[in-house]
Amino acid sequence: MTIDWAHFTPWMSLGGGILLGIASAVFILINGRILGISGILGGLLAPKTGDFGWRIAFVLGMLAAPITLSLLTPDDFLSAPRIDAGYGLIVIAGLLVGYGTRLGSGCTSGHGVCGLSRLSPRSLVATGIFMAAGFATVFLIRHLL
Amino acid sequence: MTHTTVHRLSEFAVGLLFGLGLLISGMTDPGKVLGFLDLAGAWDPSLALVMGGAIAVGFFAFGSAKKRTTSFLGGALHLPTAKDIDKRLVIGGLLFGAGWGLAGFCPGPGIVTMATGEPKAAVFVAAMIAGMLVFQFTDRKPKS
Repeated sequence: MTIDWAHFTPWMSLGGGILLGIASAVFILINGRILGISGILGGLLAPKTGDFGWRIAFVLGMLAAPITLSLLTPDDFLSAPRIDAGYGLIVIAGLLVGYGTRLGSGCTSGHGVCGLSRLSPRSLVATGIFMAAGFATVFLIRHLL
Repeated sequence: MTHTTVHRLSEFAVGLLFGLGLLISGMTDPGKVLGFLDLAGAWDPSLALVMGGAIAVGFFAFGSAKKRTTSFLGGALHLPTAKDIDKRLVIGGLLFGAGWGLAGFCPGPGIVTMATGEPKAAVFVAAMIAGMLVFQFTDRKPKS
């Protein structure tokens, strides 16, 4: 293993992570909700009475993030996203992520951040499995195929 | 301001804060995510700090949430009750992790990157929603 020092961003990543933690903390303590993106989206696709508005408000807030950040920071604050996958791979990835997160009841936010924060064994297992599958998939694509 | 308005504004603010966290942390850059998942290549450890920073804050919040019965706004505290470690959890995790490793997007960063105007992220989100709908219409054991 070698460390990619050129792309390593310890302070931005730690700071961004702390913001994710604060958002999750505010959501459970003030709103009484788990901040899990796949669960919030999944509930929008099968709406129940009185269970729609909070999900929409949250997603609209997320959608407003890029424009807000660009108003608050200089143009070169973030480097442009590097998206190597072609459209075919992107579609397969999206289908797997959508189906898998609903079957497994959570993703990086719900299991990875909230679940581990509340010391849930179920979320620890889920996070271990999706991380391992992510490591294995990248190894397969970058080093075996 | 009505009670509902306070709720909607706070939910919007939390979504905004979460989106900013994803952007600043580097989670919205698939190259960075794949750099973290590539243990055998040039490894970018940044995302370990994202998780560490988030959990360090979350740990105290959820510790205090577990002792409460209502939220600060007075509503129900929706803490998860499921405890089973079953086939659904394992297979769901495997499929999600494989998809995450293929393109470097998980659900939140996909949505935020779509909002930057990136067409590939929009296609990812459309496919992800399609995957969620396939699950919803084929699942024989609805959880709720």
